[in-house]
Amino acid sequence: MTEETKGRPPSGRFITTQFNSLLGWARKFSLFHYPFVTACCGMEYMAAACAHFDIDRFGAGWTRFSPRQSDMLLVVGTITHKEAPVLRTVYEQMTEPKWVVAFGTCTVSGGIYGNYAVVQGIDKIIPVDVYIPGCPPRPETVLDGLLKLQEKIQRQDQDWRWKKKRS
Amino acid sequence: MEEKTILELLREQFPAGLKETSALLGDEVAVIDKEALLQIAAFLKNGPGEFTMLLDLTCVDYPGDESRFEMVYHLFSLTRNRRLRIKARLSEGDLRIASLTSLWKNANWLEREVYDLFGVHFDGHPDLRRLLMYDGFEGHPLRKDYPLRREQPLIPLKE
Repeated sequence: MTEETKGRPPSGRFITTQFNSLLGWARKFSLFHYPFVTACCGMEYMAAACAHFDIDRFGAGWTRFSPRQSDMLLVVGTITHKEAPVLRTVYEQMTEPKWVVAFGTCTVSGGIYGNYAVVQGIDKIIPVDVYIPGCPPRPETVLDGLLKLQEKIQRQDQDWRWKKKRS
Repeated sequence: MEEKTILELLREQFPAGLKETSALLGDEVAVIDKEALLQIAAFLKNGPGEFTMLLDLTCVDYPGDESRFEMVYHLFSLTRNRRLRIKARLSEGDLRIASLTSLWKNANWLEREVYDLFGVHFDGHPDLRRLLMYDGFEGHPLRKDYPLRREQPLIPLKE
């Protein structure tokens, strides 16, 4: 507020924004995450989620152990071909809007497991929004990935009718 | 008088079934004929060796060899604190060996794993199904001739 506008209506009485921007702002700070933890990256997920690094500072602290109640799917650890149908089902059970984070090198590309058992990147099964590399990633990397996801949520078109996201 | 080693006892008891033995730094190995496996294993478990524990059971693939597969059994005696390794060669045309489930319960899943990953059949096994890989998986992935990057996805992959 500058000196000239001070005290003159309507300044200071209301703020203006776009509805989409407001919705994005609300959504990016209320991420309920579902941890799909299968391997050693789970330790780093726990480190990032607990008090030391505390993803709750960024509004993503609520862990839901039901895909129906969550909107951020954290795929943490190696996904095998035997497990792929389970992951796909969990993704399909989540309500819109939903986002997927590939946590760790195994989920990004298969990692060191270039063999008969492991899916070479979970983006072959489900769409992925943010890739966090590292074997396992440091909690700082996880927080950086979370911030990137929040930027993405803020930027993208928000559909208040909860229609299917364009893929 | 010094106690007889378990390898000497085996040599006395099973002159036909025992092919060769070696021992280095307490690492005792007995290579046996696969037909004699069940008798030798029963003797080791219930006899003076007291190998009451089956630590591990696995298989090795030597491609190109005449008898291509080698079964390896690791035994442990809790009372005597001794270990013993038994090996038996199998040829590719006759991939059958006796099951040890009648002696050790844990052989059940170990043998299912070997059946899954190497394709060895265990005679007398109560429930010989795949353990790790899924139904419909073709081939045995730990064989050396399984293609390194051959994947068999259960659901269609994108791309």
